[in-house]
Amino acid sequence: MNRRYLPQYLAIAPFFVLFAVFGVYPVLYSLWLSLQRWNGVSEMKFVGLENFRFLLTDTAFWNSIGNTLIIWVMSTIPMLILSMLVALGLNSAVRYKGALRIAYFLPNVTSIVAMSLVFGSFFSNEFGVLNWFLGLVGVDPVQWLSDPWAIRVAISLMIIWRWTGYNAIILLAGLQALPNDVFEAAKLDGAGPAQTFFRVTLPLLRPVLLFSVVMSAIGGLQIFTESQILLGNRGGPEGAGMTMVLYFYNTAFADNDFGYGAAIAWGIFVVVVLFSILNWRLVQRPPKLRSQLKGAGE
Amino acid sequence: MNRVLTSAALAIGALITLFPYYQLAVMASNTTADIYSSPPTFWFGGHLFENIGEVFAKIDFFGSVVNTLVVAVVTTLLVLFFDSLAAFTFAKYDFPGSNVLFGLLLATFVVPTQLAAIPQFDLMAAFGWVGDLKALIIPAAANAFGIFWMRQYARGAIPDELLEAARADGAGFFRTYWSIGLPVLRPALAFLGIFTFINAWNDYLWPLVVLIDSNHVTLQVALSQLNGLYLKNYAVVMAGTLVAIVPLVIVFLIGARHFIRNIAAGALKG
Repeated sequence: MNRRYLPQYLAIAPFFVLFAVFGVYPVLYSLWLSLQRWNGVSEMKFVGLENFRFLLTDTAFWNSIGNTLIIWVMSTIPMLILSMLVALGLNSAVRYKGALRIAYFLPNVTSIVAMSLVFGSFFSNEFGVLNWFLGLVGVDPVQWLSDPWAIRVAISLMIIWRWTGYNAIILLAGLQALPNDVFEAAKLDGAGPAQTFFRVTLPLLRPVLLFSVVMSAIGGLQIFTESQILLGNRGGPEGAGMTMVLYFYNTAFADNDFGYGAAIAWGIFVVVVLFSILNWRLVQRPPKLRSQLKGAGE
Repeated sequence: MNRVLTSAALAIGALITLFPYYQLAVMASNTTADIYSSPPTFWFGGHLFENIGEVFAKIDFFGSVVNTLVVAVVTTLLVLFFDSLAAFTFAKYDFPGSNVLFGLLLATFVVPTQLAAIPQFDLMAAFGWVGDLKALIIPAAANAFGIFWMRQYARGAIPDELLEAARADGAGFFRTYWSIGLPVLRPALAFLGIFTFINAWNDYLWPLVVLIDSNHVTLQVALSQLNGLYLKNYAVVMAGTLVAIVPLVIVFLIGARHFIRNIAAGALKG
């Protein structure tokens, strides 16, 4: 190696050393672990592909994938619509824009553990604020933390609360970067506000929207804290709030089943990769999608 | 008229967004009996300091505040130093393998955290770091995101002429980084600093795993334990929760404008 560049190599070394020790080695070792039966204390026992064979037929694992995807859809779609509305509002000439931006963004930096505890009280069946508000408008109390679907809605609500402001800020930046003359041209052509939004703004904003979708997918597949705090390690009644990462945590660190835990981690990795490929295809194929949308609109 | 409606809608949205914070303060200042009443209490009570006192008396809450501060501050300082040094190098120097190494750095983004979690725990046990704050700080001391993000910034912000001039003056590599690179990178350091501090403060899964059964826990783990121990005394849990988020909200508010602008700009570039 060229000694002349020694300072440069030293400068970048810390990251690579840390990554080798705490990244590369653990990932390789987890592949080995996934072929073992091990509780962390007694002797490791080689079981071949037994863990993966079990994983494929493990209903709890498939249930956790299903829950994660359901919660992702139930949170992402309303969140994007709300974010869009907030961004459009902030982009128009309103006052106190700076303060509003900060207010909407604040949930994103607040501890999930802390806010899960606060929301936990909101979701209380008898004395919760949420059921009280629902009662005001004549809706019967919802069993937020015991009914399987209500559990998923409750977790989704927390995710919506946390991420709406973040995505609104990003969509707002996208809106502000759009060229003004396009909107003037649309106005000259006699397009109304709704038409302008769906025909001009939305298509132009596509890359930014895709960024939001991709980011929410990355985050959504890692949902853990909300479920663990609200419902405990087993994800509540019928495991309705059991997410993939919570199932991993529970297996590995609550049940001390390290071998199977490693296999679950690889299972999650496969789901993440499949999801990323799906996202990537979505990004790669704009012309076809756009022409389809056009065709559908006419 | 339209503008008034938009403003009103945005204000209502903001109030709904901020309501959990308000209600947290309400619950932390009431007794549990007041909280569990129907209709719910929406106004402050006089028990805030009593509740907070109980949190600090029942568990080592002060210790966990100190632990969290130590972890967040030390991690942030290390990340700022190592990330900026690597970013400066990748942005401004061509050396054999630099492109390959940077590509490798980007590739590390795809490794999901839970793949490494069990062996990392095993590693910490081998190092004797289970229950030790080192287990949180050392693995997080440099990261690919910070290096990538700061390199983008450094490329445009540090003029080559400045580096040439420094070299002509006989300044070595580290001297150049320290006296030319760092000052120019200050705005980027401010953002990455707040970002790292917030993440370190709020981190939960890994501290929960590696600080298990120890007297040294961070605030997030302490909150979770408090919730488990005092399920029936919700006012005390809420008082602890309030204490846990206030420092972070203050840190955020100090740099909020700058921080939010950077989040938006980063997303548009990416």
